Amino acid sequence: MAITDVTVTAGTPLRSNRRRVVRRMLRNPLAISGLVVLGLAVVLAVFAPWLAPHEPTQTHLDQAFAPPGTAGYLLGTDDLGRDVLARIMYGLRASLHVGLLAVATSLAIGVPLGLMAGYFRAIDALISRFTDLVLAFPFLILAVGLAAIRGASLGNAAIAIGIAQIPGVIRIVRSETLRLKSLDFVAAAIVEGAGDAWVLGRHILPNAASVIIVQATVAIPAAILGEAVLSFLGLGIQPPAPSLGTMLSDAQQFAARAPWAAVMPGVAIMLLTLAFNVVGDSLRDALDPKASRR
Amino acid sequence: MRRYLLGRLWQSIVTLILATIVVFVGVRALPGDPALALAGEDRDPESLRAIREQYGLDDSLLVQFWQFVSHAARGDLGQSIRTGESVTTMIANALPVTIELSVLAILVASVLGVGAGVVAAVRRGRPAEWAANALALLGLSVPNFWLGLMAILYLSVALGLFPASGFVPFFTDPVGNLHHLILPALILGTGLAAVIMRQTRSSMLDALSADYIRTAEAKGLSPRAVIGRHALRNSLIVVVTIVGLQLGALISGAVVTERIFALPGFGKLTVDAVFQRDYPVIQAVVLVTAAAYILINLLVDLLYSVIDPRIRVRGDA
Repeated sequence: MAITDVTVTAGTPLRSNRRRVVRRMLRNPLAISGLVVLGLAVVLAVFAPWLAPHEPTQTHLDQAFAPPGTAGYLLGTDDLGRDVLARIMYGLRASLHVGLLAVATSLAIGVPLGLMAGYFRAIDALISRFTDLVLAFPFLILAVGLAAIRGASLGNAAIAIGIAQIPGVIRIVRSETLRLKSLDFVAAAIVEGAGDAWVLGRHILPNAASVIIVQATVAIPAAILGEAVLSFLGLGIQPPAPSLGTMLSDAQQFAARAPWAAVMPGVAIMLLTLAFNVVGDSLRDALDPKASRR
Repeated sequence: MRRYLLGRLWQSIVTLILATIVVFVGVRALPGDPALALAGEDRDPESLRAIREQYGLDDSLLVQFWQFVSHAARGDLGQSIRTGESVTTMIANALPVTIELSVLAILVASVLGVGAGVVAAVRRGRPAEWAANALALLGLSVPNFWLGLMAILYLSVALGLFPASGFVPFFTDPVGNLHHLILPALILGTGLAAVIMRQTRSSMLDALSADYIRTAEAKGLSPRAVIGRHALRNSLIVVVTIVGLQLGALISGAVVTERIFALPGFGKLTVDAVFQRDYPVIQAVVLVTAAAYILINLLVDLLYSVIDPRIRVRGDA
């Protein structure tokens, strides 16, 4: 899980400013609490097999609808007596898995296309048509189509979310490339005879890294919410494997009898995305020279 | 202006054609023989051939594509392989529900978002700004289908304030219709409200420090007039922009919201079609969504150039 990498690499593009960015982040108590929640979520997800008090799919029919606080079932159980805490831990695994896979997909395709669209005028229009085309399919519709063609699975959900996020990446990288291309140091490199690949890889990409990272911190929570939605609709992970979304759709049927089974997974999703959004916001502020004004 | 409009229109048509090709190819990439699916239990080779002939499945792909496009252009989107009902009718019945839900959600989100954004900008550094910011962050992070579940559980079931599910057509019972839709619209609008609030706040902050506002203040206009007449005007652009950008999220959100509140809209049609592997319906639903999306984006861009003349000049929005 590379979540921690996101923050660690935050300073890389602005090598000289890295410490200042980190310092600004650490001065912000909200950012610190966000990082703590993220760290906790990652630990719970990665070490779920060792930390979870029960198997997430293990049913205990004699313990069905146990309220939170029941001995051995800290967050209670669902209609089949499955431990809500264990299912949340494994659900976090699915959430982070899809969040990272989807964003990695969108970056792997979107960053090169965005760089090329901003750098080579000739293919800009072509890539714009591609963005328009992808944008014509809202992510859920894309996911529905993909589920119809390839079947519903966690991997296909991640692909659908990743594809839907490509246009956003292309737009941001493209406009940053356009901006950087007009700067003197890039012109100087071109005058010195540097090849296109060198200029893009050595001068433009490293300087565009901070916008890409900020974009990723927005895209990961969006992808996590997307996974929850798809799994909720039955288009994502397949039962009995737990996901926070499927837990909610299961719990919908007996929500009046066992509200905790519906409340807890939602709180987990909310805390996770809230932490990402808080970290993303403060990272953007820390990277933004105008930040003091906002 | 005219060149911009024509260019934008042409661009939309190209996108629509590409989207149609993608949908057509996508449906042909579906696993399994559609003739077998249509035949159901009847696997007799003779009837399979008849089905292939009837649906033109033995024609070349180009002919099939032309059939598909020319039928779609005439409003004939085929028949459901489950119910035999005309897909066009099914969509025509479902679409008004979704449109009403979305429009209500946009209204709710605009009022809440612009209001909170203005308060946050004007009450800079006070508890009101802090509260508005916190609410926006929460609105961005809360999964709206979960919020919907909670609302049903606590507002509808426990307190009985709203119906938990179901739908009444507007023309049969306008009050009942709104009573059924207001909670779903609120839920669907939360994320949108959060985005609008943040954008309104930041554009208000920009505007409030701009020279023309200082001029207006120096002229002796009351703060209320300054904010209302000058600064707030920009928020209309903000709302239009955000709605344009968030349209995909809104459509996706509507699908889920309908599912939770059991509204007989487009989203329910879509999800049911996937689970029943009703390919003609899936194909039509995807195509109609793409077409609607392209059309609305076109309208948003046009509206945009009406509201903000600078965009016409730039030309490449």
